[in-house]
This record gives sequence, structure tokens and C-alpha cells, in this order.
Amino acid sequence: MRIKFCAISQNEAFSRIVITGFMSAFDPTVEELADVKTAVSEAVTNCVVHAYRGRTDGEIVMEAKMYSSGKLTIKICDKGCGIENIEQAMQPLFTTDAENERSGMGFSIMETFTDKIKVKSRIGAGTTVVMHKMLSSAKK
Amino acid sequence: MSVEFNNVSGTMVVGISGEIDHHSAKDIRSKIDSEIVENLPTRVVLDLSGTTFMDSSGLGLVLGRFKKTSELNIPFEVVNPNTKIYKILKLAGVDKIVTIKGIGI
Repeated sequence: MRIKFCAISQNEAFSRIVITGFMSAFDPTVEELADVKTAVSEAVTNCVVHAYRGRTDGEIVMEAKMYSSGKLTIKICDKGCGIENIEQAMQPLFTTDAENERSGMGFSIMETFTDKIKVKSRIGAGTTVVMHKMLSSAKK
Repeated sequence: MSVEFNNVSGTMVVGISGEIDHHSAKDIRSKIDSEIVENLPTRVVLDLSGTTFMDSSGLGLVLGRFKKTSELNIPFEVVNPNTKIYKILKLAGVDKIVTIKGIGI
């Protein structure tokens, strides 16, 4: 599945609906569905809030693949400002936007709620987040 | 998303229904803060029994309201988060600074 949508805050809920719809065909548990939905919400919110910094002409690409092994891979890309220091950005409670009550827990939630996360970023070119989650339905 | 206020004997119960994300948090925040300033309650209770989804934007909302009520010396608590929401609150350590009751309803 591959989908491209505008980086506006209304689409945070849209991205959750899309990933829920995609996953439902693979018989996930309620917990797996909630975990992935939350992780996707965090990644898309980062694009809206940080990558494009309120710009409304940005685009987000979300790709999801389900492998026969039961592994679900989700890739979320933006062409925004990029992250200067990925390690620092992934620290719990680190935020560049405390003024707007950003908790700085976005990457921590993505890390906790998926099995593996990879972040690639280049200043001025954008950021790609890839998350993996093994679904228990594959073990049946 | 909807926010309902119920003021009884100085206690303001704020019921949030629907999803709390970055898009909805700003509106919820402004409604709660206005109501607090207008009514100056003796206690604020955030009732999440109707909240179906919350991400880190919800954490910011909860911690921000805790900070605001603390500044005004108003006791603050969170009640009835579902297990998924409680998992997020616990991950951020909110349970160590804010009273949370009725988990998993």
C-alpha cells in the first residue's frame, strides 16, 4: 500500500484510519492495532509539526507492506526541513516545541510500540521513518 | 471530539470524548483553560472514559493542564483512561506526578 497526502493536521486522523484499514486484513490483535495506529500517528504528526513547521503545501508518503513471515513494515517520508541530530531527537522528552505543549515523547512511543524503528534524515531534504512490527497472527 | 464540563460543588469534571491528537489538542486545551479561568474550581478532574485514542499530543495536554492547575494550587487528577491510554501515560511517567484513577474502564 502506498499513499500520498497533504501534511495538514486533519490528516493525522486520516493516516490512522488508513493503517487500521490496511492491517485489518491480516487479523491483528486489538493491542497490535492500537500500537501501530499510535506509532503512525506520532510519525505523521512529526511531519506536520516539525518537518513542514506549519507549512500546508508539504506532502507525506506512507507505505505499508505485509510479508508472509507476518512482519509489517511501515515507511513514512516527508520532504521537510530534516532533523539535525537524530540521536538527540529520539531522546525521551526532547522537544524543539515545548511552547506548544509538545511532550517530546513521539519517537519514544514509536520505539516502544513497534519492534524496530529506523530514521534517516538530511537537512533540507527530508526524513524517512521505517517501523517494523511482527504480528502475532503470523504465529498461528 | 467533544469536551463537556460538569461543575459540582467546586469540582470541575472535564469529559473528553473521541480522539486526542495534535489536531484536536489545541481546541481542547483552549476550552479547558478558559473554563478554569472563568470558574476557578477547587478541583479539576479529567475524565477520559469517552476518549478512544490518545498519542503524545494528549500527554502534552494532560501535563499542560497539570502544570496550569498546579500554578493555581488546584488539585488535578485523571480518571478512567482505557488500558491503551494508560500505557502511554505510564511510558511518559505521568502516573508518577498525576493521580490516575479507574484504569481500564
